[in-house]
Amino acid sequence: MLDSVIFYSFAGIAVISAALMITRRNAIHSAVFLITTLLATAGIFLQLRAEFLFISQIILYVGGIMVLFIFVIMLVRLDVPLPQIRSRTQKWIALLVALAVGVEAGVVIFLARKAPGQGLLIPNPAPADKLPPNTEELANSLFRTYLLPFEIASVLLLVAMVGAVVMAKKRTDA
Amino acid sequence: MMPIGHYLFLSLALFLIGAIGVITRRNVIIVLMSIELILNAVNINLVAFSRYFGDVAGQVFALFIIADAAAEAAVGLGIIIAFFRNRETVLADEMDLLKW
Repeated sequence: MLDSVIFYSFAGIAVISAALMITRRNAIHSAVFLITTLLATAGIFLQLRAEFLFISQIILYVGGIMVLFIFVIMLVRLDVPLPQIRSRTQKWIALLVALAVGVEAGVVIFLARKAPGQGLLIPNPAPADKLPPNTEELANSLFRTYLLPFEIASVLLLVAMVGAVVMAKKRTDA
Repeated sequence: MMPIGHYLFLSLALFLIGAIGVITRRNVIIVLMSIELILNAVNINLVAFSRYFGDVAGQVFALFIIADAAAEAAVGLGIIIAFFRNRETVLADEMDLLKW
């Protein structure tokens, strides 16, 4: 009961502010609504007992990536109010594509829910008080099984950092 | 305990909203933010399945996706700043240098 109340409030906040995010004209308003969505998603993670992801979602996404976005929005001048939809046909294409994908995935999930015990939805989750400590387990998995992907991710971040600096730098020689 | 379908439908809704944002918006910064929203929707799926299968690998994958999103945002915003310096705009319609 409490679980579903928590889930529905966070899910409602996430979906409503995501819808507001793609419709606001002002880019800063969009960024703030995206932050709200990300925080609500962090709440969903906590409800799924993923404590480490909950806190890294807040620190990395909200504290890091979104601050970067807001900095760039403030650096880039946007005084002219933009027409928010490119054209009527584009809007209809977008809605059509979204509808097609949504109906398809919805039908798949619905059919899988109707046949319990087989296909997509076999598992029966362990009760919340029987779970091992999340951060410990995550660290074990990350630094034992997935050590090589972890190192590759660190190289990727280094490359991205250098690339961002090179591209955002003012070119004085050319 | 919630049935897993609820999480899948939430993730689907966020994914579709992000996709509509990518297709319809003209401002490239908002297109990038919609891509972040899509990555986030995928993370909900991974964490939900990780909880239901009792396997922490899904959360590890979600962590990698967050690292990817950070790298992508850094590079994307760097490109936007370089483009804005050259062309004084961030509208996707104006980015037609390679079009003929």
